[in-house]
Amino acid sequence: MANDGKPIKAAPTAKDFKGNIAPDWCPGCGDFGVLRALEMACAKTGREPHEFITISGIGCSSNLPGFINTYGMHTLHGRSLAVATGMKLSNHEMKVIVTGGDGDGYGIGGNHFLHTVRRNIDLMYIVMNNQIYGLTIGQTSPTSRMGMKTKSTPFGSIEQPLNPLALAILSGATYVARGFSGDTKHLSELMYRAIEHNGFALVDVFSPCITFNKDNTFAFFKQRVNKLEEEGHDPTDMQAALQQAMIWGDEIPIGLFYEDTTRDALEDLEPVLQDGAIGRKTDLAITKEQGESIVKQMM
Amino acid sequence: MGNYDFAIGMGGAPGQGIESSGPLLLRICARRGIYAFTYSAYQSLIRGGHTFLTMRLSSEPVANHGDKIDLVIALNQDAMDKHLQNVAPGGAILYNSDNTKPEGDVPEGVQLCPLSFKELSNNSRNRIMLNTLLLGAALNMLGAGLEQLENILTIQFQRKGQDVVDENVGIARAGFDHAAEHFTPFPTSLPMQDKPLAVTTGNDMMAMGGAAAGVKFYCAYPMSPSTGVLHWMATNARDLGIMVRQVEDEIGVANMAIGAAHGGARAMCATSGGGFALMTEAIGSAGMMEIPVVIINVQRGGPSTGLPTKTEQGDLWQLLGASQGDFPKIIVAPTSIVDGFTVIPELFNLVDKYQCPGMVLSDLTLSMGYTNFDPDHLKWDQEIDRGEIITEDNGSDENYQRFKITDSGISPRALPGTPGHVHVVATDDHDEDGVLISDEFTNPHKRRDIMEKRQRKMDGIMADLPAPTLTGPEDADITLIGWGSTDSLLDEAASLLRAEGYSTNHIHFRWLYPLDEEKVNAVLAKCKRGIIVEGNYTGQFARFLRGETGFNADGHIRKYDGEPFMPHHIVDGAKEIEAGKTELYIPYQEIVV
Repeated sequence: MANDGKPIKAAPTAKDFKGNIAPDWCPGCGDFGVLRALEMACAKTGREPHEFITISGIGCSSNLPGFINTYGMHTLHGRSLAVATGMKLSNHEMKVIVTGGDGDGYGIGGNHFLHTVRRNIDLMYIVMNNQIYGLTIGQTSPTSRMGMKTKSTPFGSIEQPLNPLALAILSGATYVARGFSGDTKHLSELMYRAIEHNGFALVDVFSPCITFNKDNTFAFFKQRVNKLEEEGHDPTDMQAALQQAMIWGDEIPIGLFYEDTTRDALEDLEPVLQDGAIGRKTDLAITKEQGESIVKQMM
Repeated sequence: MGNYDFAIGMGGAPGQGIESSGPLLLRICARRGIYAFTYSAYQSLIRGGHTFLTMRLSSEPVANHGDKIDLVIALNQDAMDKHLQNVAPGGAILYNSDNTKPEGDVPEGVQLCPLSFKELSNNSRNRIMLNTLLLGAALNMLGAGLEQLENILTIQFQRKGQDVVDENVGIARAGFDHAAEHFTPFPTSLPMQDKPLAVTTGNDMMAMGGAAAGVKFYCAYPMSPSTGVLHWMATNARDLGIMVRQVEDEIGVANMAIGAAHGGARAMCATSGGGFALMTEAIGSAGMMEIPVVIINVQRGGPSTGLPTKTEQGDLWQLLGASQGDFPKIIVAPTSIVDGFTVIPELFNLVDKYQCPGMVLSDLTLSMGYTNFDPDHLKWDQEIDRGEIITEDNGSDENYQRFKITDSGISPRALPGTPGHVHVVATDDHDEDGVLISDEFTNPHKRRDIMEKRQRKMDGIMADLPAPTLTGPEDADITLIGWGSTDSLLDEAASLLRAEGYSTNHIHFRWLYPLDEEKVNAVLAKCKRGIIVEGNYTGQFARFLRGETGFNADGHIRKYDGEPFMPHHIVDGAKEIEAGKTELYIPYQEIVV
């Protein structure tokens, strides 16, 4: 890799975060907009590529770490948040970004999603939500609407989709936003604020699958999305945030639904992390005094 | 064994106090320099059911619970009914005569020792003190003083006030005095040795081994019989700077540990068979992403939820086969409680060197067993070798490749956050750059190269691992072959067989995978009649050993009833096999809870 994380002298730009490998997504995929917005958001923080690690699961959108110039981990299907939690606690001086899709995060990874949210660990979780399984060529997902016809529901889904934003707010997330891949500038701002937010930040993104989802298309969202920022919504008001999260119809809100800056992140509450990253410690041995004190417990 | 070898069994219902008075007695013995090994036969209940704790005390180091029980402390009728017949000739049984009495034949030469809790406690309603009363009586019969028990009770109850201290010390003394007056003491007194010992469990030892290895990240989901590791880690985390997390499930545990390991921390987790099953996909990912991590599996009886509170050596094939595809990995089985301390730092140095997952195969007998041991044997300044890691921008790696193809298969590992070394690690197969391009792997040559690079690490691992140990006469007629927790048991059985005129030695496997065929066969070649001893139904190790080396054992001793082997089980089995009566001997478990 040519721009392999070498220290960059001038303030980084979005270009510095551009990876060497061209994304293998279908031409016109919503994920391109998400990647572009993320490169812009990372650059805006003023941090350098090696200070970030992007961690994903499995799925079309989970290929993203290969296409961005940061450290990366492409983990197992549904496990990105668990790996990312370990990574963040091991080196909390890094900025951890987690990317994936709705099947990865809300389906197979659902348990980790709930518990990572409630822990309020400082990381940004971007879910490229296309309401379908793309990489497995078109089955129903946890966010597919009732009645949606897919390869696994040829007569229409008879299951209620889950509401990731309401779920996150009620589970204790401290930053909950939704963006649209068709508006990268707005999306990028939501991501930038999510990176700078101290605690768990969910950025759910409408990122249409142009190949397998003929319902939730770019046109579908373009007609419906309206920005909370223009509606006078107060993101510190949890009740209002929940009300907005429940809206789905001719109008679908995007923007920052909820933010709580008063809660400590997990890392702030852990005394063990207060003198630097545990993964960067070089003096690992137990001291004689520590050993003696352990032996005393056993005597 | 040395000149003092004595076993006490304590039986009663959970909640009657065995779980505290057992360790209390061990602590008294430790202060007197008496070695001990304890096995607790218990059930998966918090209240109700039955518990039987066997404490073998010895003037020499001891690592199994032996063959006989000299003194039973029966806390209820159930314990009396179940264990009166287990008392050895010359032994005794202590019990509360208010509600417990012997029924049926009393074995010959067994002394009945009744005490009335009501009378001796002045009608105390504090039933838990029955333990203390019987313990006081036992100490008298063992020829020990009351001083240590008094000290410990005083420290234990100090915070509750002098009244409570006096009450407890008083009841211990009442038991002690009553025994002095009414019961015959054992002929050999509990020795007083110079060196005070420490009391520990297998789980605690492995946790301490982790701490000594420099583990800075530990996570787990509670699961018997592995939970003790979590408890030790949680208790000591802040003093030692260890991040400890309880995670939502074992899938999360393994993945979180891998994330922490990738960040640079030495990371460890522990579980039992069911939890391990959930971890297997992650273990393969550590193999693929070349991340060093240590996973402890404390075996209990399987399959499925199985026997949550019983022991087995039934997970070997689960570990051997954990995760799809081929990848380098290391499996080691500690051979004693204290070995748990040593094995962890050794394994960490190997997994760091070879950047692969390492698995520890313990079992309930070791992990939940208590032992008294000399704490001077704990080497706190363990050698810590992190292998080839890059933590700083060294300016020379213009074209850093995380998975660089090398002769050893080891590629220098840059920790995330290091300038100049940005890379991606992936669970999809990848080229030297770690670049994930799925389409590339229609490229069979790249796939072959990277597969061979990873697998070359196995050659190094095999060269680093020692051969199995052989103890006893080299040219013996009978060779007992075992693995993991049965080391001391087989040594003792071999020595008992030799005492009966059977020339016997013992080969023991601690490092289970990978096995170096040549090294192992050099040891096995000396076998005349090999008998493989293991705690499972299908002979998992026997099949594995045959597959790796072509070695066919002449006989097998197996146990899968949930209880650990006792030395005489092996002696009896070896004699039957030697006499040509059977090739497979399944010992009968005499002590039943």
